[in-house]
Amino acid sequence: MTADAHSIVSVRDLQVRFQTTDRRATVKAVDGVDFDVRRGETFGIIGESGSGKTTIGRALVFLLKPSAGAILHDGIDPLALPRKQFQNHRRDYQIIFQDPNAALNPRMTILSSVLEPLELAGQGTRAERLARAREAMDRVGLPQEIGERYPHQLSGGQKQRVVIARALTLRPKLIVCDEVVAALDMSIRGDVLNLFADLQRELGLTYVFITHDLAVVSHISERVAVMYLGRFVELGPTESVSERPLHPYTQALLSAEPRPLPSSMRGGERIVLEGEIPSPIDPPSGCRFRTRCRYAQDVCASRVPDWRELVPGHWVACHFADRPNFSPN
Amino acid sequence: MAARLAQHGPDGGGAQPLISVRGLGIRFKTSHGVWQATRKLDFDIAPGERVGIVGESGCGKTITGLSILRLLPNNLAGLDGSIMFDGVDLASCSTRQMRDIRGRRIAMIFQEPMSALDPVFTVGHQIAETLRVHTGVSSEEARAKTLDMLRRVGIASPERRIDDYPHQLSGGMRQRVMIAAALICGPQLLIADEPTTALDVTVQAQILELLRELSETSGTALMLITHDLGVVAETCTRMITMYAGEVIEDAAVDDALVKPLHPYTSGLLRSLPHLSERRGKLASIPGRVPSIMDMPNGCRFKARCPYAVDACDAEQELRDAGGGRKVRCARFAELDLPGALQHATTAPIAAMVAQS
Ligand SMILES: Nc1ncnc2c1ncn2[C@@H]1O[C@H](COP(=O)(O)OP(=O)(O)OP(=O)(O)O)[C@@H](O)[C@H]1O
Ligand SMILES: Nc1ncnc2c1ncn2[C@@H]1O[C@H](COP(=O)(O)OP(=O)(O)O)[C@@H](O)[C@H]1O
Ligand code: SF4
Ligand code: SF4
Ligand SMILES: [Mg+2]
Ligand SMILES: [Mg+2]
Repeated sequence: MTADAHSIVSVRDLQVRFQTTDRRATVKAVDGVDFDVRRGETFGIIGESGSGKTTIGRALVFLLKPSAGAILHDGIDPLALPRKQFQNHRRDYQIIFQDPNAALNPRMTILSSVLEPLELAGQGTRAERLARAREAMDRVGLPQEIGERYPHQLSGGQKQRVVIARALTLRPKLIVCDEVVAALDMSIRGDVLNLFADLQRELGLTYVFITHDLAVVSHISERVAVMYLGRFVELGPTESVSERPLHPYTQALLSAEPRPLPSSMRGGERIVLEGEIPSPIDPPSGCRFRTRCRYAQDVCASRVPDWRELVPGHWVACHFADRPNFSPN
Repeated sequence: MAARLAQHGPDGGGAQPLISVRGLGIRFKTSHGVWQATRKLDFDIAPGERVGIVGESGCGKTITGLSILRLLPNNLAGLDGSIMFDGVDLASCSTRQMRDIRGRRIAMIFQEPMSALDPVFTVGHQIAETLRVHTGVSSEEARAKTLDMLRRVGIASPERRIDDYPHQLSGGMRQRVMIAAALICGPQLLIADEPTTALDVTVQAQILELLRELSETSGTALMLITHDLGVVAETCTRMITMYAGEVIEDAAVDDALVKPLHPYTSGLLRSLPHLSERRGKLASIPGRVPSIMDMPNGCRFKARCPYAVDACDAEQELRDAGGGRKVRCARFAELDLPGALQHATTAPIAAMVAQS
């Protein structure tokens, strides 16, 4: 992949390593990931817990520094910018996490929380900042009188809206959304997802949407990447990935998703994977999925599968993804 | 489906229910006075039946499960109604009777297996102890039965795992151990509270398959508490929907999904991303659940219900809707509410069906 003019983010061979707390071992949380995020799109990342999704999200907004590889924003390397410029630049790239309670100070009123990033950035006069904060609250559908309240007086969905309003005050170009609806009740999840879609249309935002929820990711994103043990195993347009998955892991993931359908419409055998995701401290050699893959051959243990564009725009890392009859469909 | 309902359903007149809950109300003492967390709960579970209890956070699913085993927190102010289990009222029986039933005839597993397992004992010891306490078998026999149970719940090489401590196991393995401990005495009812919520989707599929298979082969009835309608559809035969401390619908899973009778159940189905056009607008239910301190006297869903009329201000009872179904809605007979099928032609659903 080469950096593409439409890319708001280009990630090249990204690696993030952590020391374990006893400092004896290294966790390869992200181990060589390449992708581009196009301006104005929603780019989904799915995978099981511990696969490295949050770590990628944090690296994308420079909340942590890559151990190796590069992350370009609009073609430039923010880490090469002078300190002050880097601080300004970062405001354009925001991240929102799963738990709105952790993001809001319980002793601050809602309005002060929404104002806080603007105040830290020292932008405009007090009156301008207030106007901007009120506009952001308006955008996310929060009535102004909520500004006087405290977090414990709000519902989960309202708190998540406050967190979104807070991120919007700085008028970012891109927002990384990390499991942003996971903590919300199902009856209000739809509301918050609709809000993200509306804001994108109105403000031209780009999203990187991280989730373990397949239904959510396939609803909201144009393109989706599937992550397993620190690597991408598949990336492509959402329709292709969810309707014609090329990687055995994606196939298993899709088939494991519990479907809220009557039995007459479910039918068919599910692929139930054995075992669980291995430790990223000592991942399997060759293809990392081989310990759970029903198609694994000897070569899968000895050679790392190439990251190939098998169908235009649809990438996969599996030695056998191009074989006919490989997919169970 | 209808045939199965006729056998097991609450009004089918077939098998005696295994457990029969009537008028169950749970009240707590709080700093704001006594509050009514659930009220007038009525439901039955037949022997071997798998019933899903669904509803959003705080509607009373967990405390309903806990009340059956009388494990409610100690600020309980009172328990109303009855919970009949094989001729014994669990709501009022003696502590001794309860102790004899709990763990042996009715067992429960929870969302976070780590908090339910004792970190200082090996998993084998914990399972074998349960068996010894309730049946008084020898320790050799208990160990042999434990090994056998670990194998049945899908623990590979159980002889190597039986002496492990809980922290040495993965999340999925711990949940399997919890299930083994719960099933070791061959209970008639297993209450599982969000048993897969903390697990990844591929591991969740393994555990749900296991629960279904064990219930089918051993005849253990399952009361599965979850907020995930997909989990209920994959695992259960009947679905009880709760809202704000009340049962609002009780029906065979397929019936509830295809033709929900309560506007809340229908709203939940419509808000699922699986069932709507990709990148289209998702339906949602406006507003929020009323506070326990401020419950309306009439229908508790009224403020959020698009079908509300004046008649809904009257107190609503859980009424028989025919075909083994029950619903708590003034207008159920005249409303024709959309379910999961209406959306089935859209792309995501078509894809899911194609994949299976
Ligand atoms: N010890 C307690 N004291 C006072 N209120 C309680 C207590 N335990 C539970 N409640 C209240 O009872 C209601 C039902 O709680 P419960 O735990 O059964 O909810 P739930 O349906 O299991 O929700 P979730 O899906 O979040 O687990 C809630 O309003 C809760 O706040
Ligand atoms: N600060 C950290 N220190 C050590 N290990 C970490 C740290 N952050 C993440 N990890 C490890 O990196 C891996 C990927 O984590 P994460 O990105 O949080 O996964 P996901 O978001 O997909 O669940 C996990 O094995 C996790 O334990
Ligand atoms: S490379 Fe081999 S082990 Fe990996 S997914 Fe493909 S077939 Fe399976
Ligand atoms: S009783 Fe009325 S308000 Fe309540 S669910 Fe039925 S139609 Fe809606
Ligand atoms: Mg994460
Ligand atoms: Mg609960």
